Amino acid sequence: MTRHTMSNVAPPTDLEAVASGTRASRLMQSWRMAGIFIPFLILFIVLSITSSAFLHTANLINILDQQASTLCIAAAGTLVLVAGGIDLSVGSTYALAGVTAGQIGQHHSIFIAIAVALAIGLLVGLVNGVVVTVFKISPLITTLAMSYVIEGLALKITAGNLILTGNIPGFTTFATATFLSVPSAVWMTAVFVVVLALLLSRTTFGRYVVAAGGNAEAARLAGVRVGGIKITTFVLSGLAAALGGVIDASRLGSILANSGGAGLSFTVLAGIVVGGTSIAGGEGSGWRTAIGVLFIALIGNGFDLLGVDPNWQQIVLGLILLVAVGLDMWTRRARR
Amino acid sequence: MDGDHRTAGAPGDDLVVTGVSKRFGGVPALSQVSVTIKAGTVHALIGENGAGKSTLGKIISGVIEPDEGSVVLGGAPLHMRSPREAMAHGIVTIAQELAIVPSLSVAENVYLGAEVATGGFVRRREARRRFRELAQRVGFDLQPDVPAGALSTADKQKVEIMRALSRNASFVVMDEPSAALSSHETAALHHIIRSLTAQGTAVILISHFLSEVLSLSDTITTLRDGHLIRTVEASGATEDSLIEGMLGRSLSAAFPDKTPAPPDAPVVLDVSHLCAPKVEDCSFVLHCGEILGIAGLVGAGRSELARAILRDARSSAGSVRLDGQELAGHSPRRAIRRGLVLIPESRKEMGLLMGRSVRENISLSRLDLVSRAGWVARLRERREVAALMSKTTVKAADMGLPATMLSGGNQQKLLFARSVMCAPTVLIADEPTRGVDVGSKRAIYDLLVQMAQDGMGIIVISSELEEVLGLAHRVLVMRHGRISAELTGPDMTEGAVLAAAFAETSAS
Repeated sequence: MTRHTMSNVAPPTDLEAVASGTRASRLMQSWRMAGIFIPFLILFIVLSITSSAFLHTANLINILDQQASTLCIAAAGTLVLVAGGIDLSVGSTYALAGVTAGQIGQHHSIFIAIAVALAIGLLVGLVNGVVVTVFKISPLITTLAMSYVIEGLALKITAGNLILTGNIPGFTTFATATFLSVPSAVWMTAVFVVVLALLLSRTTFGRYVVAAGGNAEAARLAGVRVGGIKITTFVLSGLAAALGGVIDASRLGSILANSGGAGLSFTVLAGIVVGGTSIAGGEGSGWRTAIGVLFIALIGNGFDLLGVDPNWQQIVLGLILLVAVGLDMWTRRARR
Repeated sequence: MDGDHRTAGAPGDDLVVTGVSKRFGGVPALSQVSVTIKAGTVHALIGENGAGKSTLGKIISGVIEPDEGSVVLGGAPLHMRSPREAMAHGIVTIAQELAIVPSLSVAENVYLGAEVATGGFVRRREARRRFRELAQRVGFDLQPDVPAGALSTADKQKVEIMRALSRNASFVVMDEPSAALSSHETAALHHIIRSLTAQGTAVILISHFLSEVLSLSDTITTLRDGHLIRTVEASGATEDSLIEGMLGRSLSAAFPDKTPAPPDAPVVLDVSHLCAPKVEDCSFVLHCGEILGIAGLVGAGRSELARAILRDARSSAGSVRLDGQELAGHSPRRAIRRGLVLIPESRKEMGLLMGRSVRENISLSRLDLVSRAGWVARLRERREVAALMSKTTVKAADMGLPATMLSGGNQQKLLFARSVMCAPTVLIADEPTRGVDVGSKRAIYDLLVQMAQDGMGIIVISSELEEVLGLAHRVLVMRHGRISAELTGPDMTEGAVLAAAFAETSAS
């Protein structure tokens, strides 16, 4: 084919191999890009056809509203994963922030309540980040241990009681006020996700995050402050978890110390991984995470609308996760 | 496990590769290659990176299956789907990346996958006895109970060789066996290869080192671009004829002309009495425009010295002055900002983000130059990267390609492009041409010379003696963490370097 015509022009060098390598790599890259969008689109279309209730604005906004906290936490979790970490403490941070906001809101202004809740998230993230980078303890263990500590704290604060937030004047409005008939929870989430996705894809910080997760030693020798970058991703993750907790406390009118928990941490992780972000670090995108989270939500919503046994949801979700991770490993191996 | 389970081939049979083709994702890596490997000979496969020699080696050793053609042993075509199946035919590989389990002992590594066992229980004493026997037979001095991870690269290679021998291999494929070895370890390896063939084992040697190929091989097969160029007797070949076959043209000269800096050139780097782990009391100066070579055996502390200069190792004493000012702090970041850049010895582990694009790899160190308030200006970045790529002759069809898609030489040039972007006053290049093909080597030498002429001070650390001697204006030889000799002008000879590298007491 082109091989012979090309060698007339110039002696065959590795340039040629590179040129033909382009096609294969482009294909692979575009798969990564398109990865989750195509199944998402197919699912969306299938649901639109099979369920008359699906394609209603109310249903779609409802899905987004329900997923607001998960989307926020997953957007920040993507950064943690890309930087080579993992954060399993987001579920309990979410609950701690939610109950704290609820408790403080009873006696103080909601502004203070929310500010303190977010500060708690920041602090948790900082502790996670410092333990992981300075004391070099694996992020999996660090954040797992932290999740117990945080949940314990939340239980202590609430004495195990349900914290009612619906009665606090103004608190509910935080996440449920509507603008253009879309609730503020969705607006906040949209802004947060877009900011974090751009942070990862278009800023120097994002490049450093990718470098730190892709090859920490190479990044360090190239002059990247790997430790600082990793800590920042954990701080953002803690902040996002706290924001999610406050949004849900406001949206739902009540919150428990063990709302969220490990279940939420794993749902977030599932969304990120289904979105094609590599669990090995060094690769990922905030946009695809958002689609991944919504993909899982659509499966749940679709099953509900179509009246499928909800137990199937778990099974299907599990299989999808396996496929997502399998594809990631496969492309990694193919690249070697 | 003994050789009695071999399903095809008897000792003395030749290995015949006929009409083998292999494509990777539509890209032909090998086209219709036929080679006969005679029992008990050293058969070298040479070619530039990407010529297909490693692919051919992998097909012979069952790591990958050919799309067309077959590997025939003793008249019967072999169908090998894994290295384990190849091993059953007496074909063993010693790969470029060593397959050692670091936490297992040396003996356990040797018998890995073929444990000396009864009913699933490992017979440790018997394994150790057999290990000693084998070690004696090949003349290796290895302790069976040491964790293999603690060994030097050369010793790890010995473990792999012993593993091959313990399986009664009649064909051993060695992919760049000496790439990570220092010269005296290489000499030991050559001795082993000769003793293997003396015992009737054939060695398929894949190597970049033409002098090694010429001195060891009986037969040499040259590949270019996946095609067989020719198979010749080593006795009738010369380095020039081999290079000509590999490149399809002759290479004018291996090294560019030296243009030493004037003797009164200002000092850019002043290292005095530096002590760090594996570095003891090292002092030297580097001048503007000078290329300083650092030679020595692997493990002599050359890379550690580089790290210590970069202030990336806990130095216990001494000072590093860059442009007359003390280089304080302890991070590569600080050093880069001050104008001292390191190209680390292993580009895959310490240099590049292999899965990321050419563009991202080049701009990583100085993203601040192509960004505003933390926002990457993509157009400016692209323009800057394109300029750097042409300056450092990086060949890539697209700067969006991941680094893995590039040849070894071009990957190395990415690191040079990154360094040039840092506009350093001092560049330390640790093993700048390791695993790089002949054509790219010359391009990298040219780059180094050009950078020196532009006024940079350059330190080249290399295990290849001729590289150090061919490039450097002055050579430091290291031994046991100390600088054991400084050689200039006519004193820069292979003999002098080797003497200083090995000398026990004389030089220090």
